[in-house]
Amino acid sequence: MFITKLLKGFAIVSLATTIPFVASAEWTPKKPIDFVIMAGKGGGADKMARLMQSVITKNKMSPMPLTPINKSGGTGAEALVHLKQKTGDDHTIMVTLNSFYTTPMRQSKLGIDVMTFSPIGRMAEDTFLLWVKSDSGITNVDEFVAAVKATKDGEWLMGGTGSGSEDNILTDYLNETYGLKIKYIPYKGGGAVAKALAGGHIQSTVNNPSEQDGFYKAGKTRPLAAFTDKRLAMYPEAPTFKELGKDFSYFMQRSVVGAPGMSKEAAAYYQKLFADVYKTAEWQSYRTKKSLQGEFLTGDGLKSYWSNAINVHKGLLKK
Amino acid sequence: MEIATLLLDGFFLAFEPLNLLLIIGGVVLGLFIGAMPGLGSVNGVAILLPMTYLVPPTSAVIFLGAIYYGAMYGGAISSIMLGIPGASTAVATTFDGRPMALKGEADKALVAAATASFVGGSISVVLFTLFAPPLADVALAFSAPEEFALMLLAFATFVGLGGDDIPKTFFSIFIGLVFSAVGLDIISGEPRLIFMDLPGFFHGINFLVLAIGIYGIGEMLWTIETTKGKVKISQAHITVQRILDTLISLKNGIKVMIMGSFLGYFVGILPAAGATPGALMAYGVAKGMSKDPESFGKGNTNGVLAPEAANNAASTGSMLPMLTLGIPGSPTTAILLGGMVIWGLDPGPMLFVEHKEFVWGLIASLYAANFFAVIINLAFIPAFLWVLRMPFTILAPIIFVLCIIGGYAPTQDMHDVWLMLVFGIVGYLMRKLDYPMAPAVLAIVLGPLAETSMRQSLLMSSGSFEIFFFRPISGSIMAIAITLLFMPLINSFNKTMRREISSWPL
Amino acid sequence: MRRAELIMATLMAAFSLYTMWKSAELEIGWIPSEGPGGGAFPFWLAVGMFICCMLIFIRQFRQADEPINSLKNYMDRQTFVLFALVAGSLTITIGLIDFVGVYVAIPLFMIFYLRVIGDHRWLLTGTIATATPLLLFFFFEIALKITLPKGVTEPMFYPLYSMFL
Repeated sequence: MFITKLLKGFAIVSLATTIPFVASAEWTPKKPIDFVIMAGKGGGADKMARLMQSVITKNKMSPMPLTPINKSGGTGAEALVHLKQKTGDDHTIMVTLNSFYTTPMRQSKLGIDVMTFSPIGRMAEDTFLLWVKSDSGITNVDEFVAAVKATKDGEWLMGGTGSGSEDNILTDYLNETYGLKIKYIPYKGGGAVAKALAGGHIQSTVNNPSEQDGFYKAGKTRPLAAFTDKRLAMYPEAPTFKELGKDFSYFMQRSVVGAPGMSKEAAAYYQKLFADVYKTAEWQSYRTKKSLQGEFLTGDGLKSYWSNAINVHKGLLKK
Repeated sequence: MEIATLLLDGFFLAFEPLNLLLIIGGVVLGLFIGAMPGLGSVNGVAILLPMTYLVPPTSAVIFLGAIYYGAMYGGAISSIMLGIPGASTAVATTFDGRPMALKGEADKALVAAATASFVGGSISVVLFTLFAPPLADVALAFSAPEEFALMLLAFATFVGLGGDDIPKTFFSIFIGLVFSAVGLDIISGEPRLIFMDLPGFFHGINFLVLAIGIYGIGEMLWTIETTKGKVKISQAHITVQRILDTLISLKNGIKVMIMGSFLGYFVGILPAAGATPGALMAYGVAKGMSKDPESFGKGNTNGVLAPEAANNAASTGSMLPMLTLGIPGSPTTAILLGGMVIWGLDPGPMLFVEHKEFVWGLIASLYAANFFAVIINLAFIPAFLWVLRMPFTILAPIIFVLCIIGGYAPTQDMHDVWLMLVFGIVGYLMRKLDYPMAPAVLAIVLGPLAETSMRQSLLMSSGSFEIFFFRPISGSIMAIAITLLFMPLINSFNKTMRREISSWPL
Repeated sequence: MRRAELIMATLMAAFSLYTMWKSAELEIGWIPSEGPGGGAFPFWLAVGMFICCMLIFIRQFRQADEPINSLKNYMDRQTFVLFALVAGSLTITIGLIDFVGVYVAIPLFMIFYLRVIGDHRWLLTGTIATATPLLLFFFFEIALKITLPKGVTEPMFYPLYSMFL
């Protein structure tokens, strides 16, 4: 019975491939789409990926389901290698973040050139703020700098997600700019970092709003400044570092990319799909709630955004 | 009083027709997912998350809670019947569940597992209701040094588990810990131990790959050898009378179940720990409490009761840091957390204030799911036993196929299937030489947590070990752990001394 | 038995040396005011493994009551044939999955096992070998949406997907 089904299926396929398409019909996925997530379960990227998947399922936007697979190994190295191995595949897409730039730089022997990956869409840019505990008495960056300088070297602790990550880059930036000696403690996820701050085990963090907002609303933590261009509507009391006279801002991309060498038709299909996801009410309300920035970018616009970000990160990592 | 009303409202919600249907459907589905080697509650919850968009958030979470509980029960089923732990939480259940099944007491083990799970679930719901807000502060006070102390305690309760051969037992612990170090080093951010530079090692060695290899493939090879491939696994029969007899006989284990529930719940509320250390510690303590510790590992009912009560209590417990702090206590709660974001709820300290009805609806539905899971589980036992009565030459290839698929499903990478085969064959060859396997499996579960928390602590203290001893919580746990670690040594010293003394001529 | 012990201890000692060498790619010493380096944990554990292997080896080597080349009691001929058949067929099956996918490799394995090892009748063999892939497909691919590897048979599944998904 199964064999006959198989044979039937085979017959249909061979028929389909022998009849040339007259009009180049629009490309649609023929099998479930591998939706690779470049981060572990439960993290920011994972939550966002699963939200996109739910939006697509709920609104029946794709004829084939997206099947999420977490490949967080080697700070995203595993996911990047996987996509590279899938060169030319039309059914593999990936949700990515800033390790998209930094991991190939740090692990050059992987031989990954991210500019060869197919741009699909930048769904948002996540923001970073500098946080301290409310009962620390620190209310602005000057007091923060003074408080850090008052401790012995290596006694002021900053928590962050993983080593060499966005949080680590920002800690290095603060140390460099203000002449501080903050010690950086890597944790497994943003949630654990936020909790360590609320519990008083570390003194500061550079969490995303989505990670720290609960404790902020409960009055346990306080933002001192934002690494953005404009103040965030959710935290009007926190100035930007630009206002404080430092020409610096930093964002985390939340983008979807396709395997290198994906066919033009397939890329166009996914670009349209995610442009539509971006427009949905669910995605827009999530953006507002989590203070996300950055408009939808695709195609060459996304590529030039990447090459710009790669240059910025080359500069940051050299320091 | 207010909490009681809210909980009652939650129960009314759980018993609405649609929700009741979702609970029963979820439990049955969860049971089958959990019973598959390789698939556990994480997979069940993750896969069905997008479907919950079709129903209102409260019903969605009820459905997921039902799958969660169903899968927890299902995990015990594959542990007992096949000897393959479907998830790390069910490892401890194999230690005595499997020997019971081999003795023809599979029905007894299954009934015991179901009853203990129910007791664990019930006690933990009461504890949750009474102490949720104050315990959230305890969870907040837990930091890296405390986590390390807890891991050491989990190891310590297990010292006696290995065989009598000391070099081989230590070898097994060491190799398990080495495997747990494969992949990414979180502290330095560098990949490490990428054997032969295979990219498949970037994601580390999944606990399931080792467990399915050793307990699935390895165990099957072992059974084939001992039976020459022809005999039935088990001859268990089932009648209502036997179930009732078992239930009555379980009253002797009531102390063990209560102990397991409390232990499981309190370990479960600690962020990052989850149900696995809880179940392992409960097993260790049950063995310590027993008058007859020698019978553990050979099919003692208490060896099933303790970990099963603990892992169900811990799954309720691990909801606490998730709801109050937004920290997942286990991979499954991590996915649930993602689900709450999709439904527009923000887990964190404000959830208990802003969305009370959701929180108590979740707790009530967990309890209802627990109740239905035990009934459905008992009803399915005859079907499970029927599977065990199949001729072994039919059962064996089916189990091999499930192992292959189970090795593939969690990461969807053929690399893991190959690795599983290697573990299975090498594990079998080593087992024939009396290398104990359980310590390696435990080490791979606890290793990453222990190493990370130890190195985080040392970073915090600038390399000083004092941090583990001069903090009140971590210091007390360390003291207990170290006492337990040296207990066997002291005991054997005492014994030799006594022998010496008694052999002196008077 | 003794020979098997000695071979296993040697192999595992070699593996622990390899692990030590691999761990040394990262810092294996103590970094002042930071604690152990990234490679320290696996390196020293591998040293522990190596010491255990040496102890096992020495203990076995000294045991003189059994001739050194004896494999007796470890595996008799019948066990070895059965072991080689099962382990070999599993290896071939997993190897085949890479090329022709689970839906060809697994039925072949079932037929081999049931017919050759199990000595069952063709009717039973055929039923189980057909039912297994069907159940796998509907449970994993349709109900749980976990795609299983298909190798070159992939295009044959497109119509099935559009039928059921």
